[in-house]
Amino acid sequence: MFGVHQNHFELFGLPLGFAIDQEQLDQAYRRIQSEVHPDRFAAASPAERLRSMQWATHANEAYQTLRSPISRARYLLHLQGIDTQEETNTAMPAEFLMQQMEWREAIEESRHACDIDGLDQLLREIRHDTKALEAGLHAQLDLQQDYPQAAETVRKLRFLDKVQTEIEQVLEALEEST
Amino acid sequence: MALLQISEPGHSAAPHQHRLAVGIDLGTTNSLVATVRSGMSVVLHDEEGRALLPSVVHYLPDSSVDVGFAAQAQQSRDPKNTIVSAKRFMGRSIHDIADLSHYPYRFIDAPGMLQLGTVAGDKSPVEISAEILRVLKARAEKSLGGELTGAVITVPAYFDDAQRQATKDAAKLAGLHVLRLLNEPTAAAVAYGLDNASEGVFVVYDLGGGTFDVSILRLSRGIFEVLATNGDSALGGDDFDRRVFCWILEQAKLPPLGPEDTRLLLTKAREAKEQLTEHAETRITCMLSGGELIDLTLTHDILTELTRHLVSKTLAPIRKSLRDAKIDIEDVKGVVMVGGATRMPQIQHAVADFFQQEPLTNLDPDKVVALGAAIQANVLAGNKSDDELLLLDVIPLSLGLETMGGLTEKIIPRNSPIPIARAQDFTTFKDGQTAMSIHVVQGERELVSDCRSLARFELRGIPPMAAGAARVRVTFQVDADGLLSVSAKEQNSGVEAHVEVKPAYGLNEDQISAMLQSGFSHAQDDKQARALREAQVEADRLLEAISAALAADGEALLSAEELQAITSQMDALRTSASGTDSKAVHNGIEALNHATEEFAARRMDASVRKALSGQKLDSLKL
Repeated sequence: MFGVHQNHFELFGLPLGFAIDQEQLDQAYRRIQSEVHPDRFAAASPAERLRSMQWATHANEAYQTLRSPISRARYLLHLQGIDTQEETNTAMPAEFLMQQMEWREAIEESRHACDIDGLDQLLREIRHDTKALEAGLHAQLDLQQDYPQAAETVRKLRFLDKVQTEIEQVLEALEEST
Repeated sequence: MALLQISEPGHSAAPHQHRLAVGIDLGTTNSLVATVRSGMSVVLHDEEGRALLPSVVHYLPDSSVDVGFAAQAQQSRDPKNTIVSAKRFMGRSIHDIADLSHYPYRFIDAPGMLQLGTVAGDKSPVEISAEILRVLKARAEKSLGGELTGAVITVPAYFDDAQRQATKDAAKLAGLHVLRLLNEPTAAAVAYGLDNASEGVFVVYDLGGGTFDVSILRLSRGIFEVLATNGDSALGGDDFDRRVFCWILEQAKLPPLGPEDTRLLLTKAREAKEQLTEHAETRITCMLSGGELIDLTLTHDILTELTRHLVSKTLAPIRKSLRDAKIDIEDVKGVVMVGGATRMPQIQHAVADFFQQEPLTNLDPDKVVALGAAIQANVLAGNKSDDELLLLDVIPLSLGLETMGGLTEKIIPRNSPIPIARAQDFTTFKDGQTAMSIHVVQGERELVSDCRSLARFELRGIPPMAAGAARVRVTFQVDADGLLSVSAKEQNSGVEAHVEVKPAYGLNEDQISAMLQSGFSHAQDDKQARALREAQVEADRLLEAISAALAADGEALLSAEELQAITSQMDALRTSASGTDSKAVHNGIEALNHATEEFAARRMDASVRKALSGQKLDSLKL
């Protein structure tokens, strides 16, 4: 439809790669939406309105994909024909799994103790680890082209993402009850 | 070339290029209508010069209605038939309302959306809201001197799909062409941001009569990008009145009251609350129907204490939205206060404490939403040629569907920018399964039973296969109004099913058009004439849109033959539109629209190229 052969990086005029210029992405996104958003076509013909909705939807999807590091990495791997196997491949280094268990225990303890500060601290710790993994993706994808390793990093990030969501949910529940 | 405009019989025939468009704030307590006049957004007043229309509808035994102040005056005398805060019931079933006994109404448990029993019959919240919209439409048409092209109607950002659909239905029922449903905090940000030429991250704190919203927006050169939104669609100024009301009951040691006295004391409670915005204390005096005299003094300190937990209830959604937007409090450049309830000093203090800065209150918190909606309506109606304003909004709640075991699978996460589409593949559970039941839900919780059920539909005719062999792709599409449609397609066989997610209980198209018809005198005689006129208006609109598109890009993007093909369809439509056969007009519209699809696609692609020019054009293969 809209140049299906065109990838999201091309859409926003960005070089293909994990390291991106966030500001450039934001600006290109806004420029495209300024042209294609349905609000620009409220008085247009039905054919143009439909086309506008498809384009705006496509631009939103592409922007969401590139904006978040994990989905950007997943997308780059997908362009290389590599499936990250996030649902099926749960084999992880023992060290990483140990860390996971420790975090989950810490969440449970904090929940029982209503320790909001403790959870905040844990969240910061995991965000720090997330940043480190993301930095690794830059090396794996852009410099070494080590795609199997990058796919494993994406799976790890997915785990970390789930733990963060869990902590946020516990935090929300605690905040609501106080 | 501009088409000639013909006004409706009975209306002023003065030609005008300016299309009449309004913004409507359909509030829980009060509603307003605004428009852009000579470049300024202004609220339209009634004949007595009042801007606010109380969102109150009084039903009379002869099926006539009073709306607004006249209805409000009846609410203590005839509480059962005087509906206030109908917005709280929009898209809600009787099981969703926590404290039915608090209301003086006769609730009726209709499938999906509740109804209210009145002397004029059972009324759905959609019909009640339509009465309010009808009055605002009449006010606008009288004030502007012509038929409206369309309206932008605001909804709380935290309204779910059912509540949005109900609002759109109400507007249709009132005979309004809805240009867009716009989130209230976004509307407020538009009025505020354009007024101040602001840039940066802003928070809108919107506490209305019955709903609370918080939105976080990034403003950048006329683009209003919502980063996250959150709220509570059942928390508002009404709840503060309720706390004062309960305090009066306690202090005066009153037994449970009848509906008349309840309504009277609720009104007194609201007045006392409003008094305490500017005074340290206020007296509450009145005589109940049994002759009991109420005489109490309420101080600001007591009010603050009574409503402390309500104020803190607004802080949790703020924290969530900041987390979702990945914004720290230090990044927030300003906090805009919206909604009459934000006049309460204890709320302003709480917000100032939370954000470590004084909130912005220089626009009237009652009017700012309608003013912003009018600005957006003016743009959407095509009155504004320069493209400086653009609103990029999000969905407030995650959308998903039910999987085995009553679990929710999220398809589109909350705070995704709209319009958006997402697809996910599912498969069958049993060998030889030929149908799949698709249950669409909205909400954040893991269990389907804790989320709002939006629609159920079935995909039938799946060829029998082993369990897990079928591949059913379910696609969710959310449009720019935040409304969802869902389709499902089995990939091997191609069987598919599609639903517009309409609340199961909502009025269907036939009911709406039947109600619309009954609203006009001589409805039966005029039915065909009206269908023809509507088709002609639509034809005019399409011809005008395509003429404008051709004038802009026809030469550049079309060959002589292609141009010829389009103009001959335009001529054909002009001919049928001047006739009397509405079916022929519809066919002509269809044919012309079809003839311009390729042109539409090329225009859009050219726009995107233009947007990206200055970048490496050769890398684009559009």
